[in-house]
Amino acid sequence: MNWLTNNWPAVLELAGAHLMQSVVPVVIGLLISVPLARLAAGNRWLRPLFVTGSSLLYTIPSLTLFVVLPLILGTRITAVSNVIVALTLYVIAILVRSCVDAFESLDRDVLQAATAMGYKPARRFFGVELPLAVPVMIAGLRVATVSNISMVSVGAVIGIQSLGTLFTDGLRRSIVAEIVVGIVATVVIAVVLDQLLRLLGHTMTRWQRTGTAAPHASARRRDDTGDGADTGGARGAAGALATVESGGASA
Amino acid sequence: MSLFAEAAQFLTDPAHWTGATGIPQRLLEHVGYSVLTMAIALVIAVPLGLWVGHTGRGGGVVVGLAGALRSLPTLGLLTLFTLLMGLGLMPPILALVLLAIPPILSGTYSGIAAVSPALVDAARAMGMTESQTLFRVEIPVALPVILGGIRNAALQVLATVTIVAYINLGGLGRYLIDGLAVRDYSRMLAAVVLVAVLALAADAVLALAQRLVTSPGLRSTGDRP
Amino acid sequence: MTEMAIRYRGVSKVYPDGTTAVDNLDLDVPSGSLTVFVGPSGCGKTTSLRMLNRMVDPTSGVVEVNGQDVSSIPAAQLRRSMGYVMQQSGLLPHKTVEDNIATVPRLNGVSKKESRANARELLGSVGLDESLATRYPAQLSGGQQQRVGVARALAADPPVLLMDEPFSAVDPVVRQDLQHELLDLQKRLHRTIIFVTHDIDEAILLGNRVAVFARGGRLAQYATPEELLRAPADDFVADFIGRDRGFRSLSFENAAVALQPVTVLAADTGERTVVGPGSENPAPWQGTGAAASSDWVLAVDERRHPLGWLPVRSGGEAAGREELRVGGTLWHEGDSLRTALDAALSSPSGQAVAVHEDGSVAGVVPGEDVMRAIEEQRATRHHGAEQA
Repeated sequence: MNWLTNNWPAVLELAGAHLMQSVVPVVIGLLISVPLARLAAGNRWLRPLFVTGSSLLYTIPSLTLFVVLPLILGTRITAVSNVIVALTLYVIAILVRSCVDAFESLDRDVLQAATAMGYKPARRFFGVELPLAVPVMIAGLRVATVSNISMVSVGAVIGIQSLGTLFTDGLRRSIVAEIVVGIVATVVIAVVLDQLLRLLGHTMTRWQRTGTAAPHASARRRDDTGDGADTGGARGAAGALATVESGGASA
Repeated sequence: MSLFAEAAQFLTDPAHWTGATGIPQRLLEHVGYSVLTMAIALVIAVPLGLWVGHTGRGGGVVVGLAGALRSLPTLGLLTLFTLLMGLGLMPPILALVLLAIPPILSGTYSGIAAVSPALVDAARAMGMTESQTLFRVEIPVALPVILGGIRNAALQVLATVTIVAYINLGGLGRYLIDGLAVRDYSRMLAAVVLVAVLALAADAVLALAQRLVTSPGLRSTGDRP
Repeated sequence: MTEMAIRYRGVSKVYPDGTTAVDNLDLDVPSGSLTVFVGPSGCGKTTSLRMLNRMVDPTSGVVEVNGQDVSSIPAAQLRRSMGYVMQQSGLLPHKTVEDNIATVPRLNGVSKKESRANARELLGSVGLDESLATRYPAQLSGGQQQRVGVARALAADPPVLLMDEPFSAVDPVVRQDLQHELLDLQKRLHRTIIFVTHDIDEAILLGNRVAVFARGGRLAQYATPEELLRAPADDFVADFIGRDRGFRSLSFENAAVALQPVTVLAADTGERTVVGPGSENPAPWQGTGAAASSDWVLAVDERRHPLGWLPVRSGGEAAGREELRVGGTLWHEGDSLRTALDAALSSPSGQAVAVHEDGSVAGVVPGEDVMRAIEEQRATRHHGAEQA
């Protein structure tokens, strides 16, 4: 712990750089993926192009992108922007696929009902489609964020500053504490961001929670396995009712 | 663009295709580390995932464990283990195994857990023993998901093996680290291109394998007459 | 005394949370009969079924199959000796139809070749084409999947067949086909079948005997469908059977009614003849007699299949084809009083049209005759009951 008390300003600075390199790509990636996914959803040409393209992109190792991008972008090899562009590409690769699925799995009846009620396309997108796609998007964002945080440290191998620098520096100077601090800090950032996203998703999807089912429903379910479907339906209905009555606060 | 030309020159130079530092040798080392890592990870994660998925016990623990392992930075583990255990093959392999376990474990567990309870019930009702239910019903049905997890892990390992060169081991990362040391970007570029080609090729092979071992009954829902 | 294939003796199932699924069940099922367990959801019917192959173990009591306490037989071995058909077919999605059917024989060590050949034969007996053998379950319709499920249950030639709501997930038309095919199959195979359903009509149609379960796992009544309709044991059973009980109980009365002659009009030639009992060939129409005095003539096609009724005008002329009243169910000789009454009630002329096996007109039964037959049946039954 001595090492940390002596070096905490440097650690804080690296943590800030690490955070920036992992969060900025998530935000940019999200802003690019959602319109792309909406365009691709149900489109005969764009959908296979985007879906195949993104899975191929995801196959390319991050270190490869870190090295190749400067040549294309004309940046220095140790520039932070390389990491940001590379990780943005990965975020897009993850999110486009999950968002396409999310938009395509929306209940057609709900969309038609929205149109029938007089929603214009843009309003319908922001008012109906996007909120309904939130659960899937949050799941994709969580995966992208956690894997970004892990990938950012790899940049240290080619000299890009992040918490990963603590690993390369710690190895060179044989300081175990430095490496341990780096690992712990990385994990803490990952866990905190993941939980923040989970909470965000939770507050944005109140409608999705069906509340706690009436206790007798679960008892009945086991009572006669063959009738599971019936009681399951009753459970859902009871849950939906609970949500309406309690404003969704029961869960 | 001249760097790309130089990298291409590096890759096509016959001198780089022979000897102990030649591309075939580095490729072999790279694949060798990856295969060793995957073998160890499979031996640990697959039986554990099968057991948890089949019994339904400890599902929450497995999901939490996989999530925790995922957030561990491999470079950090690699350097830590090297400092603690000294140079050698085991520290990087251990770090890579920890990288490979989460996708395999959660793929195996969730694949088995997602098999319809009605199907498992039917298997038991027909008189299958527990192991017959697992091996004749649950595993074949979950195979696409299980293999998806393994494929994912293999890709991550192939990509990450590049950094073992950082602790003086071989593999394609050697060109990257050595090139970096002497500011020879063309060599670095050649290295990462090789890694990317290897990853794409491995992914294609694994995708094909996944397709071959998956029963047509599990994908043919569209061609109902 | 018939041999009993299945016995429940004081069987209860109480879950750790205190829910009673089955409450002190005593029940004997004769060999070779189709017995239906019916009741509302949560009544323990499925639990009772699943105790037979040890998918559920009773908390207390003894379950015997063919004289053996099931708890003394290893579960896997016991289950392989019984066919099991469930609601969602439970077919293995990664195996072809023939390999699905061959599952239990393969578990029992029968060779692949032999079990597949046997599977293909079974396909025919459940009304499926052999060309489906190499399909996968996902390529079949719901009805076809259920048929494969039945074939799979029969593959190891088990003496006992357990069917857990096998037809409740398919559409009504297909369900009717499947029900009748099951009855045909049972006529040939004579297995001991336990069939679970929540549909009382299905229970009455299929069962030799019906066990009605009430909530809380109580056996409310165990009787033939006929007795069930005629004399429900308590309010619960009466309520569960529902309305039209009296009408439906007529299904079990064979109609002792005499056919009457009827005037038929050939739609193609316009020729009138009289068709009735005893006359192999239609008698020429005389313009007199009971058949002739009717206000209606029955239009028939060239094979003498009924087309519909035509009103007869005051001058004795039949109305034109544009006034043809189609409709009315048909009655086959030997059908129940329920069918006869339905045919009479649905006929514009008030007369039930009786047809031969080949569908040609055999005669008619006036509605009054059907009512009289019902009344006579009731009297006989009451008389019999008083004597006993």
